[in-house]
Amino acid sequence: MSTARAVVVGASHAGAQLVASLRQEGWSGEIVLVGDESVLPYQRPPLSKAYLAGKCSLKELAIRSEDFYAKQDIKRVAATVKEIDRSAAELVLGTGDRLAYDALALCTGAHPRRLRAEGADLDGVHYLRRSSDVERIREDTIPGRNAVIVGGGYIGLETAASLRALGLHVTVLEAADRVLERVSAPEVSTFFTRVHEHEGVDVRNNASVEALVGDRRVQGVVLASGESVPADLVIIGIGIEPSTELAEAAGLVVADGILIDAQARTSDPTIVAAGDCTSQDVPRYGRRIRLESVPSAVEQAKVAAATICERDKVIAALPWFWSDQYDLKLQIAGLNTGYDDVVLSGDPTRDHDFTCYYLRQGELVAADCVNRPRDFMTSKRLLAQRAAVDVAALTAKVAV
Amino acid sequence: MAAVTFVSHDGEKCEAPLDEGCSLMQVATNNAIAGIDGDCGGEAACGTCHVIVDPTWADKVGPSGPEEEEMLSMNPERQATSRLSCQIKVSESWDGLTVQLPEFQM
Ligand SMILES: Cc1cc2nc3c(=O)[nH]c(=O)nc-3n(C[C@H](O)[C@H](O)[C@H](O)COP(=O)(O)OP(=O)(O)OC[C@H]3O[C@@H](n4cnc5c(N)ncnc54)[C@H](O)[C@@H]3O)c2cc1C
Ligand code: FES
Repeated sequence: MSTARAVVVGASHAGAQLVASLRQEGWSGEIVLVGDESVLPYQRPPLSKAYLAGKCSLKELAIRSEDFYAKQDIKRVAATVKEIDRSAAELVLGTGDRLAYDALALCTGAHPRRLRAEGADLDGVHYLRRSSDVERIREDTIPGRNAVIVGGGYIGLETAASLRALGLHVTVLEAADRVLERVSAPEVSTFFTRVHEHEGVDVRNNASVEALVGDRRVQGVVLASGESVPADLVIIGIGIEPSTELAEAAGLVVADGILIDAQARTSDPTIVAAGDCTSQDVPRYGRRIRLESVPSAVEQAKVAAATICERDKVIAALPWFWSDQYDLKLQIAGLNTGYDDVVLSGDPTRDHDFTCYYLRQGELVAADCVNRPRDFMTSKRLLAQRAAVDVAALTAKVAV
Repeated sequence: MAAVTFVSHDGEKCEAPLDEGCSLMQVATNNAIAGIDGDCGGEAACGTCHVIVDPTWADKVGPSGPEEEEMLSMNPERQATSRLSCQIKVSESWDGLTVQLPEFQM
């Protein structure tokens, strides 16, 4: 057995996968997983879904059991990494201790973008990224209360659905002229707006927040229009920012995320990175992308582990994502960047299941599939093969 | 202790304990079984936990649900007893259960 030590910073989806993959790729030395959340690495997606709705415990969300880390001889350390001392190949921990590494992986993830508005620090104003955030939110989710969600992205809409299930009155404030504006076609936004309104959510577009008001505890949200919305709790979901401070301070190249190559190497080829903290130039999309999803974190982590073990693996450029709201399962294959046409299968103004295909110059680039797992799997395959699509065949499926 | 055997595409066998209440996907990932990714954490959203249940066990384990069926239907390695292992809650009474892994997860 080798005495080399691999250290992984950040113990969530990317970090947990990376340590597991290191063993699978044959790393026989020490493995240390350092994270500043003291609990076992857990699934984050259910935080706004089943966990917020009170349908499962944190223990059930563990990505792998406690036993797994013991059996695989992976040491978990609860600490914040304060600094990477590259010249000494050591990490400086919050405790002041130093931890030497032979191989280093950064999986520091992301943190919520803060709302810059007066009153944003009042009690009852929450962000949703960690299990501890949800535990605080749950103290405020009393049936009949008014919840205001700032931001109509996936997390905002999932949170709206979960809070409705808990019996709260819910208002979603979206600054753009439609929800999911950044990520989907107008047809998809219209669909989700219709569903949420049907479930009793007050969805307001073009509603930007001017200030949060209340003394000590939030009581309302004032909009730029001057209108005021009553609020007993506010959840802010206006996007995330990659956690790149450590990497930046260590002199690694950061460009809207720690820049990595196809083998997950940072600008220092001896340091790899994976997950929400990274950005990558992807030839297929002709630009730099930063993905915020579990499948991407897992994929990059597998490649990063292989790179550490000197094996040749490259990141597969096939992003995908999912979101659950009420009884809807949205599965997204691909990335719709630069689409110039959409083709619908099913009618989002009427049906409860449909698929929106995104095309660019006739090539399929992405598909949003609502309650259509079959379309999702088909799209995933078409995208992987980069097969030419027959638009008529895609939409013909509605007939069956 | 009751155990399940995972048989890889190359015929390599790996045993893991059947922890009551876990899904078969969790059993696999908790025991570092190569070839089961479980990327979506068990939401039947990714299809990366496909297993083919040994036909002699198919009745005990039960058939796939409608959503699972759709996820599996496009899979070229799909067989009659294919399941998404995250949708199977294991029982300690299933000692000896054998499942085959596909060559690729989708
Ligand atoms: C509410 C919610 C719902 C979501 N739903 C979905 C979904 O349905 N589907 C999907 O694909 N994705 C979803 N996501 C996104 C998904 O959770 C992320 O893409 C994923 O968690 C990224 O994993 P990661 O390991 O890269 O980073 P993170 O999960 O952000 O983890 C990074 C970890 O590193 C720790 N860390 C950071 N800096 C340090 C340091 N200096 N020292 C020690 N530790 C440090 C952090 O505390 C954290 O524990 C959701 C996210 C949220 C918040
Ligand atoms: S773990 Fe994703 S479908 Fe089973």
